[in-house]
Amino acid sequence: MCRCNPASSILLVLGLLLIPPGISMAEEARYGFGQPATEADIKAWNIDITPTGEGLPPGRGTVQEGGVVYANKCAACHGPTGTEGPKDRLVGGQGSLTTNQPIKTIGSYWPYATTLYDYIHRAMPLNAPQSLVPDEVYSVVAWLLHQNGIIPATMVIDGQTLPTVKMPNRDGFVPDPRPDVP
Amino acid sequence: MSSFNGESLGSFEHRAVENELLDRRAWLAGAASTIGATAAGLIAPSLLHAVALAPVDPARVPGNAPTSYGTRSGFERAQRTPTVTHSLTPHQALHGVITPSALHFERHHNGVPTIDPDRHRLLIHGLVDRPLMFSMNDLVRFPSMTRTLFIECSGNSGKEWKGPTGQTVQDTHGLMSTSEWTGVPLATVLSESGLKPDAVWVLAEGSDAAAMTRSLPLTAVLKDALLCYAQNGEALRPEQGYPLRLVIPGWEGNTCIKWLRRLKLGPAPFMTREETARYTDLMPDGTTRQFTFVMEAKSVITTPSGGQRIEPGFTEIRGLAWSGRGMIARVEVSVDGGRTWRIARLQEPVLPQCHTRFRFGWRWNGEEALLQSRCTDETGYVQPSRAALVAARGTHSVYHYNAIQSWKVGRDGQVTNVQM
Repeated sequence: MCRCNPASSILLVLGLLLIPPGISMAEEARYGFGQPATEADIKAWNIDITPTGEGLPPGRGTVQEGGVVYANKCAACHGPTGTEGPKDRLVGGQGSLTTNQPIKTIGSYWPYATTLYDYIHRAMPLNAPQSLVPDEVYSVVAWLLHQNGIIPATMVIDGQTLPTVKMPNRDGFVPDPRPDVP
Repeated sequence: MSSFNGESLGSFEHRAVENELLDRRAWLAGAASTIGATAAGLIAPSLLHAVALAPVDPARVPGNAPTSYGTRSGFERAQRTPTVTHSLTPHQALHGVITPSALHFERHHNGVPTIDPDRHRLLIHGLVDRPLMFSMNDLVRFPSMTRTLFIECSGNSGKEWKGPTGQTVQDTHGLMSTSEWTGVPLATVLSESGLKPDAVWVLAEGSDAAAMTRSLPLTAVLKDALLCYAQNGEALRPEQGYPLRLVIPGWEGNTCIKWLRRLKLGPAPFMTREETARYTDLMPDGTTRQFTFVMEAKSVITTPSGGQRIEPGFTEIRGLAWSGRGMIARVEVSVDGGRTWRIARLQEPVLPQCHTRFRFGWRWNGEEALLQSRCTDETGYVQPSRAALVAARGTHSVYHYNAIQSWKVGRDGQVTNVQM
């Protein structure tokens, strides 16, 4: 049992504590509620994309195609070049994080390029989330990365290339050191 | 039964008078608001003298019939202040520690979804032995647990990083509330699926139009996270995650995923937008703190507070204190801007990760005063001054502001938000 997850041992101890009096040890492990989830069940909702690229679907996108999608679906809120708003500024701000007016954008702040695919697909555009097809998402991601000076205009973004893109602020994140106020 | 029906007793006239009274009171409350008072019933009793005596003695008129679902008195006016993305709890008008469900703050990222509980499912998958789908009926069958807990958005008081900004305590501290939450421990439900050895993080995802998603370290949330279906004794309110939400005691509100429909076990954080581009704290050196889950100890005086006006004589200073790390051990109150501190009384029971009501009797002599509260939690952590907090973190971190709040009482009794 040495392969036991450290979290599992906590779960086991807690599990024992959480068992109401009158429930036998044999019943403790499982109540038997719920139904097995099918592959189809999981596929319908399994939309997250990890930093290693797990979850990225087939498809591809280019900077050029992304410019068209962006103009049609994104520019109304984020401005023609991603800097004008009125909603979140997406482009620029690199080098500003230590100044009196930090500008947090994809280029200056976001640590992982894969998060772009995950977020744009799950939550954008605001009036029709999860409506963009993979090629559209890859293309908008490519355009945004290029606008931020992170990839060249010729680079194709797909499930292979996206996880290899290193974001400028990739090493800017640190763990929680609190309590930190003397 | 019909004898209790007001209309059958011919009380239309009484109703008309009552409505007029309501209108006048509403007008007076509105007038009070314009001079800055937000809880007219508490603050400006003199204004109400004109209508204090009802035109009809309620002891001489049969009252209203019982109803199927109650509402508050039509004379009550406390309300949330809604925007597109959030609404704020009016702590200046509340008592005790439970926030009425209808006044619990809201924060959502693309609206409140409409969810039929019979069609709602919770999926558990990823690094588990058995991927499972649970209906709401399944979840309610598990052994249940009830806890009274605060939920505080990590953006609560966030605008105060730049200096005194909010006019009222609703503005400055309205992104927090306390409810009695009932549900099933997350650990109980996860053990149905069984954890693979390399499961270290769990992704929680909502079924709202933002598909709100956060990665949570498994060991920590197995200790005390709850999958909740009830709030203050009844089903969750839609804006609080109906029919199912996570509640993680003492953690920033955003981690308590609402409208929860998916839990995925993984070997590492998923690095969603909400834990990278948002809910992270930018430091003066350009680094950013990530996964700052716990809401540290904090307190605030709720009355008298910004926008209210007090009269010379006795005033009970009342407020709330709380800590994501456990119980509140002590609250001190200062009326002289922190030069001297006195111990406040704490309302029992003092619960961990829960609002604690404190009280301090005070006679205001009509001179300018600076009111502050400072709490200490059971770990010995002392709520910092604004100067100490800013010295440690600068003013650009947006989230997790927990400094001492200062209210100035002017010679005219008017209370305003100030910086010491």
